[in-house]
Amino acid sequence: MIRTEELTFDYERLDEEGNIESKKRAVDHVNLHIRPGKFIAILGHNGSGKSTLAKHINAILTPTEGTLWVDGMDTKDDGKLWSIRQDAGMVFQNPDNQIIGTVVEEDVGFGPENLGVPTDEIWTRVEESLSAVGMLKYRHHSPNKLSGGQKQRVAIAGVMAMHPRCIVLDEPTAMLDPNGRKSVIRTAQKLNREEGITIILITHYMEEVVEADHIFVMDSGKVVMEGSPREVFSQVEELKRLRLDVPQATLLAFELRKRGIVLPNGILNNEELVDELCQLKSRM
Amino acid sequence: MIRDITLGQYYPARSVIHQLDPRVKLVTTMIFIVSLFLAKGVTGYAIATVFLITVIRMSKVPFRFMTKGLKAILMILMLTVVFNLFLIDGDYELWRFGFLRITDKGLKTAVFMAVRLVYLILGSSIMTLTTTPNDLTDGLERLLGPFKKIHVPVHEIAMMMSIALRFIPILLEETDKIMKAQIARGADFETGNLIQKAKAMVPLLVPLFISAFRRANDLAMAMEARCYHGGDGRTKMKPLHYERRDRIAYAVVWSYLLLMVGAGWAASFYGIMLL
Repeated sequence: MIRTEELTFDYERLDEEGNIESKKRAVDHVNLHIRPGKFIAILGHNGSGKSTLAKHINAILTPTEGTLWVDGMDTKDDGKLWSIRQDAGMVFQNPDNQIIGTVVEEDVGFGPENLGVPTDEIWTRVEESLSAVGMLKYRHHSPNKLSGGQKQRVAIAGVMAMHPRCIVLDEPTAMLDPNGRKSVIRTAQKLNREEGITIILITHYMEEVVEADHIFVMDSGKVVMEGSPREVFSQVEELKRLRLDVPQATLLAFELRKRGIVLPNGILNNEELVDELCQLKSRM
Repeated sequence: MIRDITLGQYYPARSVIHQLDPRVKLVTTMIFIVSLFLAKGVTGYAIATVFLITVIRMSKVPFRFMTKGLKAILMILMLTVVFNLFLIDGDYELWRFGFLRITDKGLKTAVFMAVRLVYLILGSSIMTLTTTPNDLTDGLERLLGPFKKIHVPVHEIAMMMSIALRFIPILLEETDKIMKAQIARGADFETGNLIQKAKAMVPLLVPLFISAFRRANDLAMAMEARCYHGGDGRTKMKPLHYERRDRIAYAVVWSYLLLMVGAGWAASFYGIMLL
């Protein structure tokens, strides 16, 4: 689905004459391979290059060095630009700044309109996508009156209506309250499971990624860890060094183990922790 | 106060006016504005009033919602009235105090000017309140379509307008927020003379502009990410076509204009310009 080879990107700072004053390497020789239909999470603290990487998938940025392929299409190929953007949709952080329409359904129709989809099909697509994110009953509402989580779901519907194979969510929950966060993540998981859409979730909230198929952890432009959530979260010390939090249950298990209580590595949620502790108790 | 401006806000409701083709509403607004400048004497304004009130009633937009928009132009209104009232020379002097004097003509012009301004705002708010910005843009784009031949970027202009309209409420909210934040830090927007007040706006405007540019940047990126590439090859979710009610509306509007012209002509011909 998505493959990168030695992907590198420099932000250039220009002085007043337009000469390059300084360069900042945001993404540093990244090699990724993402298979279709997976739920992928990219973690990293602020400035780790994760958003820059995300913008490459949608061809908003093109690599300084190296290559990125979306479905075999090179993002540097201008002729393929619109197919890439149709194939790999993107949802951004700020819900207000990505809604173009003043009525929910008009906003969802914006993408298909740009693709030149015939009118009748736009309507079916809008209905399908709004019901897929559970926002169909808000179709005639103004986006200004929705909550943050609802706005993000509308934004996801707007991407869905373009029939992408992959959706990149660039910190979609950073500006939301806990309830909105949950609803957005649940929507993304549902689309992944039911529609088979590849999801690439970029975030720094650990709780959101425990159900991912595969996690990449980024730090100063490089992929420093990768693996299943269990593999990644078993390395608590390493994550802490990267200034990332681990889920509470994982942290508690880690601290208990340090105190000599025999618990397995990589506990991800409260249920698992309770299970393990009960087993331990029955063995005593 | 700042959130009272209703211009550019859509009021969702199901009414005949809401369902009309945006082109009809645009043309009607134009005709209404022209008619206000053609209006002479009480008859003309009476016809305009009847027309405006009928349209407002038909639109099902609460009248109070519309008049909220008027508060914003109160200052301009007062200025116009005061200037017209005191500065226009007429035949009869009604009142005098020192160098200030009010004449019959001055009074008449002041009143008509005020009515005209209020009707202008009401007339154009009715259009924006009953038409979604997207419809409005579509309407404009279609109406201005012929200008594309002489390389006027009609689609781009229409798109810019609709985005501006979409962001008016957001930026107003933001202005409110920044204002409160600056007041909490001890900023004073209320006291002082005009120059001091203008200077006090700087800590409000600078963050507002920065945020507006940031929003514009984000929005442009979001639009590109959704394959926006100008008007070429774009289809419409809600294509425009005239229906029976639109043709009826056109007939009504044109006869209204004729009536106004006729009233003005009759008034000047027979010299029965009341007042």
